[in-house]
Amino acid sequence: MEHDWIMGLLGGGLIGLGGAVYLLGNGRIMGASGIIGGLVDGSGRSTATERLVFLAGLVGVPTILYLATGMTKETHLTPNWAVVIAAGLLVGIGTRVANGCTSGHGVCGISRFSLRGMVATVFYILAGGITLTLMRHVLGVI
Amino acid sequence: MRLIVSLIAGGLFGAGLFLSGMTDTTKVQGWLDVFGNWDPTLAFVMGGAILPMAVAWQLTRGRRPLVGGEFPAPPRHEIGHRLIVGSVLFGMGWGLAGLCPGPSIASLSYGGIAGLIFLGAMGAGMLAAPTVGQSLDRIAAPA
Repeated sequence: MEHDWIMGLLGGGLIGLGGAVYLLGNGRIMGASGIIGGLVDGSGRSTATERLVFLAGLVGVPTILYLATGMTKETHLTPNWAVVIAAGLLVGIGTRVANGCTSGHGVCGISRFSLRGMVATVFYILAGGITLTLMRHVLGVI
Repeated sequence: MRLIVSLIAGGLFGAGLFLSGMTDTTKVQGWLDVFGNWDPTLAFVMGGAILPMAVAWQLTRGRRPLVGGEFPAPPRHEIGHRLIVGSVLFGMGWGLAGLCPGPSIASLSYGGIAGLIFLGAMGAGMLAAPTVGQSLDRIAAPA
């Protein structure tokens, strides 16, 4: 749709504002995989409450918007559970081994001209593009 | 106070992901689908997010976090095997499903069973990551 890019910029601005608030307020980098991972493996136990509260906002606001606006929201996630499980495992392993995902390396890293953030972003976009092209256009799995 | 900051930041992140359409896997996969029906939205989202973040990094100079503590150390520069291999594995999963960690959580209330299964698998992957990382270190170590 032709207005998607406006919503993209606007939504992106809110994401960046969230990252700015988290950085300037708490002095922390807003990386989703780090915030979640520290809870999952217990490495972030000392800051567990603020991580949980962050996640409550991250789940809560979309839920409120979803209910209040009546916007039809679907994730269109594939119903193929094998693909979903494989993807989840890869995302979980990859983001923790690389120490960051789209928000940490992408948004927060690139904006401070971090070489690691830029290199990570190039590699996950390339890997994502190649995987999608192979699985969709060559193998026809997704 | 740290908790209020966390709640506001998480809420803004969630609102941005919701409004930009980034919890819709067809839009994310559309960005990666260069040989299909390419969708540039993700680039606008990234650009829109990086701008305020770049201003925020500039504002950290000579200041301290409002609620206390320290700002993160300057970025490290070493490009190791963990960064590269981890990012490639993450990208493969991202391409397969069109979900990364932020949107997978943000869509919890409307993502259905498949979304929950993704979250479970992602959690299991996160638990397995230290073992995978150590295996990578052994492979990468000079013999």
